[in-house]
Amino acid sequence: MKDLSLHILDIVQNSIRAEAGTIQVELVAGTDGKLKMLISDDGKGMDEEQVNRVKDPFFTTRTTRKIGLGISLLTQKAEQSGGYLTIESTPGKGTEVKAVFEISHPDCPPLGDIPGCAWMLMASNPGLRLIFRLVSATEEYEWDSNEINDALGGLPLTEHDVQANIIEWFNADFSKFKEFND
Amino acid sequence: MTKVKTLADLKKLREDLQEKIRLRESGEHPESLVQVKVAMATCGIASGAKDVMTFFMEELEKRGIDAVVTQTGCMGYCYAEPTVEITLPGQSPLVFGFVNSRKADEIIEKYIKKGELVDGIIPVTYQSINDNQKEG
Repeated sequence: MKDLSLHILDIVQNSIRAEAGTIQVELVAGTDGKLKMLISDDGKGMDEEQVNRVKDPFFTTRTTRKIGLGISLLTQKAEQSGGYLTIESTPGKGTEVKAVFEISHPDCPPLGDIPGCAWMLMASNPGLRLIFRLVSATEEYEWDSNEINDALGGLPLTEHDVQANIIEWFNADFSKFKEFND
Repeated sequence: MTKVKTLADLKKLREDLQEKIRLRESGEHPESLVQVKVAMATCGIASGAKDVMTFFMEELEKRGIDAVVTQTGCMGYCYAEPTVEITLPGQSPLVFGFVNSRKADEIIEKYIKKGELVDGIIPVTYQSINDNQKEG
């Protein structure tokens, strides 16, 4: 996977499979030169044994295939850029995946199309509450699918003008983070 | 048209678009719509499923086809990603493999609009590793 937005699509899919009702994706550009990517959900969670095994590419809860590369690929991306990945999970309560990257590291992957990724996840999962938060020392923005759907009052996110406007709005917010765009 | 920068702008946009709102009666009956499921697990995403999904969402809307586009997990056809499952109203689902924007366009024009079959269908006789093991 070429950029972090694709990893977000992938990890969020895990939360959806864990029957989450609310998923929060948080991107934090710290003053310490680190980029933190947090994906938390209120899904069914995992026990300690599963958490310990989840970074193993030959472990998966799926029955369609025998490997699970999502978390191991993201761990590799984080570690190759001087960072790390941690997972905290409580059965019945939810899971939080935290990946940390050193922004200035030459192997730090680009963030990619975060606005497009947020719109796609919201548009293709209408029953799900998705919250995207972008945080830096000076800026903070939040895109909440519940608030957006309330504001739209039944108008689908896939409607052409809605899509164009939402992506333009998200892009305008995202472009204010020079940490994410340099 | 209002330029959206906040939720309040979005509400204004909704008012502007009010006449375009088609609260589809069929929306409550997804079986009467074309259903498009794009496999978006690690294998699919790594093979370009995001572009395929965006294409279907944008083009079905533009071409005025009432459809529900959703994402799904891995169907076990990792070798053929990106894969897309299409269910036309009243018909059995069909899975297409190696879908890119060009293939997606062909699927919309030929299969979804006219019901003609196109190359790239994954036969249902193909089974996942686990299915085979259960039998074996």
